[in-house]
Amino acid sequence: MSGDLLRFTTAGSVDDGKSTLIGRLLLDCRAILEDQMAAVEAASRGRGDPYLDLALFTDGLRAEREQGITIDVAYRYFATPRRKFIIADTPGHIQYTRNMVTGASTADLAVILIDAMRGVLTQSKRHGFIASLLGIPHIVVAINKMDLVGYREEVFAALAAEYRAFASKLAIPDLTFIPLSALRGDNVVAKSQHTPWYDGPTLLHHLEHVHVGAGRNLVDFRFPVQLAVRGHPDFRGYAGQVASGTITPGEEILALPSGQTSRVSEIIAPAGPAAEAAAGDSVILRLADELDISRGDMIVRRHNVPQMADRLECTLCWLSETPLNRQADYIVQHTTRQTRGRIASLNYRIDVDTLHREPAETLRLNEIGRATLATGGPLAFDPYALNRATGGFILIDPISHATVAAGMIRRAGTVANFSEKLATVAADAEAVALQPPRPHSRNVSWEGATITQTARAARNGHAAAVLWFTGLSGSGKSTIARLLEQRLFALGVQTFRLDGDNVRHGLNGDLGFSAADRQENIRRVAEVAKLAFEHGAIVLCSFISPFRRDRAFARSLIPAGCFFEIHVRCDAATCAARDPKGLYARAQRGEIPEFTGVSAPYEAPDAAEIVLDSETQPAEALVAELLAKLRAWDVLRTDD
Amino acid sequence: MTDYTRTHLQQLEAEAIYVLREVAAQAERPVLLFSGGKDSILLTHLARRAFWPAASPFPLLHIDTGHNFPETLAFRDRLVGQMQAQLIVRHVQDSIDRGRVTEERGPTASRNVLQTVTLLDALAELRADAAIGGARRDEEKARAKERFFSHRDRFGQWDPRNQRPELWNLYNGRKGLGEHFRVFPLSNWTELDIWQYVEQERIELPALYFAHRRDVFRRDGALLAASPYVPLLPGEQIENRLIRFRTIGDMTCTGATESAAATVAEVIAELVASRTSERGTRADDKRSDAAMEDRKRQGYF
Repeated sequence: MSGDLLRFTTAGSVDDGKSTLIGRLLLDCRAILEDQMAAVEAASRGRGDPYLDLALFTDGLRAEREQGITIDVAYRYFATPRRKFIIADTPGHIQYTRNMVTGASTADLAVILIDAMRGVLTQSKRHGFIASLLGIPHIVVAINKMDLVGYREEVFAALAAEYRAFASKLAIPDLTFIPLSALRGDNVVAKSQHTPWYDGPTLLHHLEHVHVGAGRNLVDFRFPVQLAVRGHPDFRGYAGQVASGTITPGEEILALPSGQTSRVSEIIAPAGPAAEAAAGDSVILRLADELDISRGDMIVRRHNVPQMADRLECTLCWLSETPLNRQADYIVQHTTRQTRGRIASLNYRIDVDTLHREPAETLRLNEIGRATLATGGPLAFDPYALNRATGGFILIDPISHATVAAGMIRRAGTVANFSEKLATVAADAEAVALQPPRPHSRNVSWEGATITQTARAARNGHAAAVLWFTGLSGSGKSTIARLLEQRLFALGVQTFRLDGDNVRHGLNGDLGFSAADRQENIRRVAEVAKLAFEHGAIVLCSFISPFRRDRAFARSLIPAGCFFEIHVRCDAATCAARDPKGLYARAQRGEIPEFTGVSAPYEAPDAAEIVLDSETQPAEALVAELLAKLRAWDVLRTDD
Repeated sequence: MTDYTRTHLQQLEAEAIYVLREVAAQAERPVLLFSGGKDSILLTHLARRAFWPAASPFPLLHIDTGHNFPETLAFRDRLVGQMQAQLIVRHVQDSIDRGRVTEERGPTASRNVLQTVTLLDALAELRADAAIGGARRDEEKARAKERFFSHRDRFGQWDPRNQRPELWNLYNGRKGLGEHFRVFPLSNWTELDIWQYVEQERIELPALYFAHRRDVFRRDGALLAASPYVPLLPGEQIENRLIRFRTIGDMTCTGATESAAATVAEVIAELVASRTSERGTRADDKRSDAAMEDRKRQGYF
C-alpha cells in the first residue's frame, strides 16, 4: 500500500444520515473491527434499535451519544489498496458553520448529503457555500435515502438539477451527484442493483479516483520559516513546510519582508539531502549567504513573489461565542507569523442561507462577513483563491488566547482617505522599518482600485518620502538636491525633484513674491509633492520656503515619519558673497522686492529633521551625510 | 516532468515534523512523553529528523508505573544512550509514598489511572508548557476529536466541549500561566501507518512487539503476562504461549495476542488481515464504554 492521501469532509443536517454513511463506508471497507462491531451491536440492542446503528461507529463522545448528535469535528480513518482516507466528520446543528469551516479548511473534497425525502434544504445550500468559501476543489452531492423514494430516477434528477442551479452561483470547480442509500449500502461501496439508470461511480470509487492534486499549488514557491536550525557551528538552515510550489538547490530566492536575496545551497528532507522540495514537504533550506531570517519570515523564489500589505480585504468566519469587537486588537496568525491586527472596517455580513449581504455592526458565532483587516506589519500573502496556505489566517483573542475567527484574504486593502491613512501611520512606519523587498517581476500584480503605499514600497525597494530643503537663496539647496537625486537615481530609487526656479516657469508662472503668492506657491508645490509621494517616490523639494506656517502646511499633507525638513544653513553674508545668480546684488540694488534675507524675513526651522552646514561643508559631504540619514530613517535599505 | 506526488507516509511524516517544529517554536519548555511503546519510539525518530543536524530539543519524560516489562526499560535506556537525549523519569511509587494517590487494591488493581497524577505533578515540577504524546485519533472514539494542539487548563484537564478550532495548519499555542498543551503529532496516523513507517525506516522496536513464548493467563477474554504485579484469581492458570503485544503499557493491563508474527513484515500482514482493534487488548479501556473519555478529561495521556 503506497497510495496517496485524500482528506475529505462530510456535511449534512441532523437526519440526513451522515453518520450512517460514514459507518457504512467504514464497515464496507472493513475499517470496523470485530470488537468495535461487538460494542456497537451491544449498544444498538441496548437502545432497542431493530437494526445495527451504523451511526454509533462515529458518534464519539458521551455527551453526544446521550443527545444523539455529534458536537464537534471528529476524524476517521480508512484505507483501500488505492488510497488512505481521512474523514473530517462535522456535525449538523447550531455550531455547524464553525465546525464545517474547521473541517473544510484541510479538505480536498466535501461530501454534502441531501435527504431525497426532504429535498434541497437551506442547510444543503449553506454547506455548498461554505465548501466553496473554503476553496474545496471537489464537491460530491450524495442524494441519500434513495430507498425511501423507490430509487426513482426523476427524484434524483430533479434534486441534482435544483442543486446545480444553486451551485452555479458559487465557485465550485468540480461538482458530482451520486444517488445512494447509506443504510442499505446502495452505491456507497458496491454498485446498486436498484439504480440501473445511474451509470456514474459509487461514492467510494469516486473518492478513490478523484484527482487529489487539484487543490495543490505547485507554481508559486512559498516557504514560511518555522525556525532557524543551527547544528554544528557552520551549519545554519531554515526549517519549514513548503506551503506551495517547488524549489531546487541553486535557485535564487528572496526573503520577506527583508527583501534580501540569496540562493538555495542545500535542501535537507527528513531522509537527508534532496534534489527538490514541493508543496507539503517539511524540509530545511540552507542558503548560500548568511541572511537574517527568523520565524515568521517567508522565503520565496526571486521572480515570483507574494503580495505585501498591511491592510487586507478578507472574508471572516466568526468562531467564538464572544462577538467581534471592532475596538479591540487581535493577534493575527498567518503562516508562521503572528502580528497584531484590528478590523478596520466591516463591510457586510453574508446570510449563509440566502447568500444575501446585509449591513452589520459586528459578527457573532457562526456568522460570515466581509471586512478589512489592518495589521501591525505587512503580511506576505496570496489571495486565498490562489493559495490556501498563504491566504488563510486565524484571529486569536490576546486575553483569552482563544481562536476566535478564521479569515480568507481576498486582496490587499485600500486606504480610503487621508484621515484614515493618518490613523495607520504607526503601521506604515513599521512597514517602512521592515524594509520591504524589491521584486522586479511580472508576477507581481497588485489588486484593488488603489495601489497601496506598502505595495509600491515593496516594488520600489524603498519607502516613499518627502525631503523638504529650506534655506536662503544661494545656500546650496538646489545643488545638494540635484546631487542627491543623481546618487539616488543610481541606486535605482524612484525620485521626483521639485525646484523653486523650475516651477515658477510653468506651474506657478502666474505667481509673484508677495506673502500671499509665496504661500500659494508653496501650497501648490506641496500638493504636487504629495501626489508624487503617494506614487511611491522619494520627493526632493528645494524651496526657500521662508515661512514656518507654509512648511508646516507641506508637512501636514504627508504621513508622520515620511516628511523630512532639511535646513540648509548658511550665513546670509556668505550667500550674498556666493551669489551664484547675481540675485543678492540685484536685491541690494533694490531691483528685486521682498527678497528673502535682504528685504523679506526668513523664519529658520526650529525642529528640522536635519541641519546641513553648507557654510563650511562641501555639497558632496552633505549628500553623503544625507544618504546615511536616509538609511538610518529606513527610507533606503541599509545595503543601498 | 518531476513527479510531485507523495505517498501517504511521506505526507504523514511531513505533517508530524511540521507539528514537532511548531512545538519547538511556540513552547518554552516542551517535553516528549516517552512510554517505551512503538508510538513514542517513532516520535523520537521523527524528532531527530525534524531538527537534524541539530539535536532534538525535547527531553524525554517517562512516567514509570513500576510495573514495566523489563524489556521496555532496557530498550529505553539503550535508545536514550544512542540519541544522547536527556531522560527524565518520575515514579508512580513516589506519588504513592507521598500520599498523592492511593494504590488500588484487589486482583485487578492497576497503576494505570494513578500515573495521571504523577504525570501532572511532573509537568508542574518541570514547568513544562507542552507535552508531546504519541496518541492517535484512530485508537479510540474519544481521541477522534482531539486536536493536534490540545489545550489543558491549570489542573491539566481537557474540556472536549471547549476545544479551540484548528484551521488549516495554523496551531494556536498561546496559553495562560500554568496551562499547558498536549501535542499529538501522530494524530492522523493509524496503527497500520505506524508499522508501515517502522518497516520503511527500519526502526528498531522492543522484542515484545514480536512473537515470543511467554507465561500468560486468561482474564476477561484477554491474555495477560504472568508477573509479580498481578496475583492470579482462583481458576486462572498460567500457560506458556506464542504471543506478541500490540501495545505496551504496564504489565497489569497490557493484553497479549496469540501471534506467530516475528518480523515487521509479518506483523503488517497480520494487521491487514486482523479483525480486532489495537486497544481491544487493553483492559483499562473496557472498564466502561466511556472509560477513555473519563480518563482524558482528568489529564490522562
